[in-house]
Amino acid sequence: MSDHEYTPKSKVGKWFNDRLPLLTLANHLTDYPTPKNLNYWWTFGGILTFCLITQIITGIVLGMHYVAHADLAFQSVEHIMRDVNYGWLIRYVHANGASMFFLAVYIHIFRSLYYGSYKSPREVIWIIGMLIYFLMMATAFMGYVLPWGQMSFWGATVITNLFSAIPLVGESITNWLWGGYSVDNPTLTRFFSLHYLFPFLILGLVVLHIWALHVPGNNNPIGIDIKKPSKDTVPFHPYIVIKDAFALLIFLLIFAFFVFFSPNILGHADNYIEANPLVTPAHIVPEWYLLPFYAILRSVPDKLLGVIAMFAAIFVLVILPWLDTSKVRSTVFRPIYKQFYWFLVADVLILGYVGAMPAEGLYLLIARVATAYYFAHFLIILPFLGLKEKTTPLPLSITDPVLGGSADMAMARNNSDFKEKL
Amino acid sequence: MKIFLKLTFLFVIISSLISSRAIAAGEQQELLKVDWSFKSFFGKFDRASLQRGYQVYTEVCASCHSLKHLSYRNLAEKGGPEFTELEAKAIASNFEVTDGPNSDGEMFERPAKLSDKFVMPYANVQEAIAANGGAYPPDMSVLVKARSGGANYIYSVLMGYDEPPAGMELDDGVYYNKYMYGNKIKMSSPLDDDIVEYSDGTKATVDQMAKDVTTFLQWTAEPHLETRHKLGFRVIIYLSVLTVLVYFSMKKIWSRIETKV
Repeated sequence: MSDHEYTPKSKVGKWFNDRLPLLTLANHLTDYPTPKNLNYWWTFGGILTFCLITQIITGIVLGMHYVAHADLAFQSVEHIMRDVNYGWLIRYVHANGASMFFLAVYIHIFRSLYYGSYKSPREVIWIIGMLIYFLMMATAFMGYVLPWGQMSFWGATVITNLFSAIPLVGESITNWLWGGYSVDNPTLTRFFSLHYLFPFLILGLVVLHIWALHVPGNNNPIGIDIKKPSKDTVPFHPYIVIKDAFALLIFLLIFAFFVFFSPNILGHADNYIEANPLVTPAHIVPEWYLLPFYAILRSVPDKLLGVIAMFAAIFVLVILPWLDTSKVRSTVFRPIYKQFYWFLVADVLILGYVGAMPAEGLYLLIARVATAYYFAHFLIILPFLGLKEKTTPLPLSITDPVLGGSADMAMARNNSDFKEKL
Repeated sequence: MKIFLKLTFLFVIISSLISSRAIAAGEQQELLKVDWSFKSFFGKFDRASLQRGYQVYTEVCASCHSLKHLSYRNLAEKGGPEFTELEAKAIASNFEVTDGPNSDGEMFERPAKLSDKFVMPYANVQEAIAANGGAYPPDMSVLVKARSGGANYIYSVLMGYDEPPAGMELDDGVYYNKYMYGNKIKMSSPLDDDIVEYSDGTKATVDQMAKDVTTFLQWTAEPHLETRHKLGFRVIIYLSVLTVLVYFSMKKIWSRIETKV
């Protein structure tokens, strides 16, 4: 937050700004003091905004040609792929865009976990972020149902059936979700409607997420509080803008590679078979980004407890700011937590892997161990570690770090001859 | 640049996760691999192979398998078999479609036009199942994309008919196939040497026909594959140049505060 009041130079600008301070907002966004030591892991916020906008724009165009009807949906998708001008491009961008969106959001979340960005005073940013993540999963799941292929239909059947595990009212809730007694046309039409609505809810939450971020300002790789503006900060424009643009372009190169050269590798072949309620596919697997949760769901023998475990896996993230008792934000200064952090990363990757495998034998055993460890990390290790761990000394500012420290600080040390030329 | 190494590492992990899922989908036998002309960054269809493949489809497959998402006009479109418009019209006129109602309220039969969808061999799924001993011959429009292994899988199944191994009992109308899921298939081996006569003089071996029809089916599944590859190449070039420009702009801007980016 800049301390000085902003006054537009032109008379018209001043007149307008007195009535609706949009120019003040624009000025705040360009001048916004940002820690100058942000690394590339911090560029994913901008990348995610790009992903959301891309999904909304391509989605609106797809919505013009798609027909939400059980008998016509599959055919209308093929119509988009064949007859609509560049329809194949728009659909492949939308379908692969969902995967790229999740790839970026996972990096964004794990960055936050590494640098302690969820800790005070940024808890609200984190909780809004988790809401966005949850809505993203719901949106992606419903979007996957729309082409009405075999995986669409059976994925929808498996996931909606989870609600039937709720005691007493489970079956009524499931029938209410379906709009009937099985996944059918009413399910498809309501999923289409909600799939169109949710991205705009996400957009609203993104605005709140950024607003909440601009109150305390960005966390940074060293995780210490900094004075803003000061020699530790740079204005958002042009420094962060150009850096975000560079990272976005690298991201787009990977994105383009998927879209143009292997557009179907992230999907499942069975979804090019039209939905058939009478034929169950050999393996029903969700999209890759939901696999860790799918593994947790299946690792619990009881259906209801499995559903609870799956939702708890997300909820435990929501209350994370109060589970992590350490006052030190950045993992750079937490030698023991650093190891547990990488264990968690490996654990989630393992969960994703076994989520794609049949739930039997060794895979099931691994899934159970990994599920147990996932909860142990958040509910046991984090609260205790924060109290016991001996952290390494924190620097006083980004430009004047204390002597010693880790390699991550070498960069900051190099900047000690920093001269402000702005 | 350490960060990019890390990103690449992450990327590799994720893609290996994805590929491991493909294996989990369960192919029992390593598929036959063909060096298809449409693979790779600049992959294009072999035009002559597409035209021969269409011939195999019409003369062999079309009696049971539909191509319901295609129109006759597609046969003359760029990036496909590229028959001339006259040839495509002639092909279409071989088929009868029901149109109407006319001004008297009657439905009537007429020869198909370029704008018509491919005529289906059966009126509905039930008729197709009844005529094929209880097995539904799947629509072939997107068949290549609907099987993990894609073109290699289709080719392998066509080449995979063999004597069943000793001790394997097969019911009537069930055939052994090395590459089919579960090794049992209800379609008898569709290809025999010289079952079609190619007009371009190519010898119609089983292998040749299997390759041609698979190429044709790859096109029916991805009619815009050539445009996609061409556009993709341009997009990658454009993004790469822009990335380099932005990289140096970034270096220049950040040099003002003498810190590493």
